[in-house]
Amino acid sequence: MASLWEYANPRKFMNTSAAVLPWVSAAAALCLVVGLIWGFFFTPDDFRQGSTVKIIYLHVPAALMAINAWLMMLVASLIWVIRRHHVSALAAKAAAPVGMVFTLIALYTGAVWGQPMWGTPWEWDPRLTSFLILFLFYLGYMALWEAVDNPDSAADLTSVLCLVGSVFAIISRYALLFWNQGLHQGASLSLDAEQNVADVFWYPLLVCIAGFVFLFLALVLYRTRTEIRARRLKALIAQERMT
Amino acid sequence: MMPDLGRYATEVLMAYGGSIALLVIIVGVSIWKAGQVRRRLEVVEARREGPRR
Repeated sequence: MASLWEYANPRKFMNTSAAVLPWVSAAAALCLVVGLIWGFFFTPDDFRQGSTVKIIYLHVPAALMAINAWLMMLVASLIWVIRRHHVSALAAKAAAPVGMVFTLIALYTGAVWGQPMWGTPWEWDPRLTSFLILFLFYLGYMALWEAVDNPDSAADLTSVLCLVGSVFAIISRYALLFWNQGLHQGASLSLDAEQNVADVFWYPLLVCIAGFVFLFLALVLYRTRTEIRARRLKALIAQERMT
Repeated sequence: MMPDLGRYATEVLMAYGGSIALLVIIVGVSIWKAGQVRRRLEVVEARREGPRR
């Protein structure tokens, strides 16, 4: 079996990702279309939330992936720091805008849902606040990559920022357990059947979660390929200038 | 075909419209940037290969 570290070779990564990308993209499109149509058109209203329950199919997968995207960036950053594999640093860079958009979707859909249900789109609740801070960390992370000219220094600095931001990623996941006085309700998903959302909402939600996971994978692979090409472009231009 | 969204129709449609727009933007920007980088790389690589032929 091929070692995971083989994919640290840009050429190997480009070849493998080219073969995998169409399948992952197709899975993302299929799951998102099926899940969102199922959730929007074919699920009943909730007896308390009315039709706003349909927002769950966007809010929960986006929030889940917003946190997991940052954790993926953390793993990639640690690989960069420890083993200095450029592909892992570029994968972290490629994932940041995707994670930022997922965080924005979670914040936006939460606010739209909160207005009729809580009577306010925003509250300085622990989970909401930690999510807003996570969003700001995403922006800061992307800005830092752009601000530093030397790509290796940029990768070093953003790795440190990623490590610090991970605290907020973890807090946004577990804020409900730390502080239970917040406005945000308990987790919608649970392994305990009695705590979990009803099956009629659960199955389309699962398909939407799969759709967001595949979309994240497809976008990260695609964008990492772009970053590898951009790095090569920069290196060739620098070589041309020296000769 | 459109389900009856009742009194929360505006909120539900706003949530779906805004989120789908954001997803389309991130996919679109990724494709646009990839195309731009690929074209620039092709030009530079062709320039490098040129004199060797």
